[in-house]
Amino acid sequence: MQKTYYDPADLKKFGDIGEFGEEAAKKFFDWYGHVFEEGALTAREKSLIALAVAHAVQCPYCIDAYSTDSLEKGCNEKQMMEAVHVAAAIRGGASLVHGVQMMNKVKKLSM
Amino acid sequence: MEKSLKARQHLLASTENQIEFLSNGIFQIGGLPTFKQSLKTCGHQPLKPTELEIFQINVGYMCNQVCKHCHVDAGPDRKEIMTRETMGQCLEVMRSQQIKTVDLTGGAPEMNPDFRWFVEEIKKTGVEEVIVRSNLTIILANPKYHDLPDFFKKHGVRVISSLPFYQADKTDRQRGQGVFKSSIEALQMLNAVGYGQEGSSLFLDLVYNPSGAFLPGAQAQLENDFKKELHKNYGIVFNSLFTITNLPISRFLDYLVATDNYEEYMDKLVAAFNPAAVEGLMCRNTISVDYLGFLYDCDFNQMLELKVAPEQHQHISSFDQNELNKREIIVGQHCYGCTAGAGSSCQGATVN
Repeated sequence: MQKTYYDPADLKKFGDIGEFGEEAAKKFFDWYGHVFEEGALTAREKSLIALAVAHAVQCPYCIDAYSTDSLEKGCNEKQMMEAVHVAAAIRGGASLVHGVQMMNKVKKLSM
Repeated sequence: MEKSLKARQHLLASTENQIEFLSNGIFQIGGLPTFKQSLKTCGHQPLKPTELEIFQINVGYMCNQVCKHCHVDAGPDRKEIMTRETMGQCLEVMRSQQIKTVDLTGGAPEMNPDFRWFVEEIKKTGVEEVIVRSNLTIILANPKYHDLPDFFKKHGVRVISSLPFYQADKTDRQRGQGVFKSSIEALQMLNAVGYGQEGSSLFLDLVYNPSGAFLPGAQAQLENDFKKELHKNYGIVFNSLFTITNLPISRFLDYLVATDNYEEYMDKLVAAFNPAAVEGLMCRNTISVDYLGFLYDCDFNQMLELKVAPEQHQHISSFDQNELNKREIIVGQHCYGCTAGAGSSCQGATVN
């Protein structure tokens, strides 16, 4: 049993997830493949969205995978950092906007 | 300026060491299949040629640049250069055989003192197409090269040039400080004489190769990006963009090892092995010639000193197309670079 929760080598074992449940894994990977196909959004735009979401959900596997993928799709460092800032801004904003709830409650409770 | 691995007497300057490195490690104990084993799974072992179409001649390893990924280990300190006598032997083959394309490479091929004579003589043999792989900056490196665009135009040479990105930082990190700026200027000079212009018969293609340990993305998408950005920012036009995967040999192998990217990169190449790309491998329709006249299945095998198999026909002076057509192509783990994903060749991706 490994001594750490995350091991970079585990990323390439992702495809083996079907070992404990084939049907659901197959459906997931088919759907996943479809999602990332070129569509109304380009494959590159999708890669940058994935990179941003990877940071929002703080998944180290996804960060590894989509840093590489974004480079392969021809993104430059500036674009990738802007995508990460979008994720960070939404996360920060999501906390901050709850301040309105706090204000509402405080105003209701206070004279 | 950086020096070549050879000038630094680096361990990986030795081709034996490179081949040994690529044969052992993860391919010995790490469970990765060798390239031959992968070929076998798709019925292509031994790998055989199709029809000889391209004669790729490396006229010398001297170059004005020292790019970090260079599979030739080229640079100003490399003195290997093809003589006019060897060029003469190549011309004899062009006259006697049906060769569609002659592809001149290096180093910077223009630095060979007999380069212009050679191009003129090749044109006289009647081959359909002459390609020069120009690094672009050579055009501005010295006043004696400033008229190269006119020379290329006069002889209807197709120019194929490396430009790893449409922005300066990535390009310069791979190819050297200031390379992007000079490359842009050289492209504008080529455009000015008619290269890459719509309706022009003067073809100008660019080569994209990743500036790091990752694979190239979709060729068509990158071509669109390059066309849009280079035109918008610099008014530059060109015909096609070819994506080429970096092969794990020479300076790129050194880079992979030094940055601890080797195993992951090889894993990626092996996982991306695409049987469809085997069909279009360039070694199947190409013969590569080195500055001494020795023959190889491709320019990468040339750099690993892996000559063509038939021992009696390993030199241009004993060129025998029938024998070469029957040969078994020499392969190694580096070949995974040409079969990954959409495939890779000197003409870009090989699978649509």
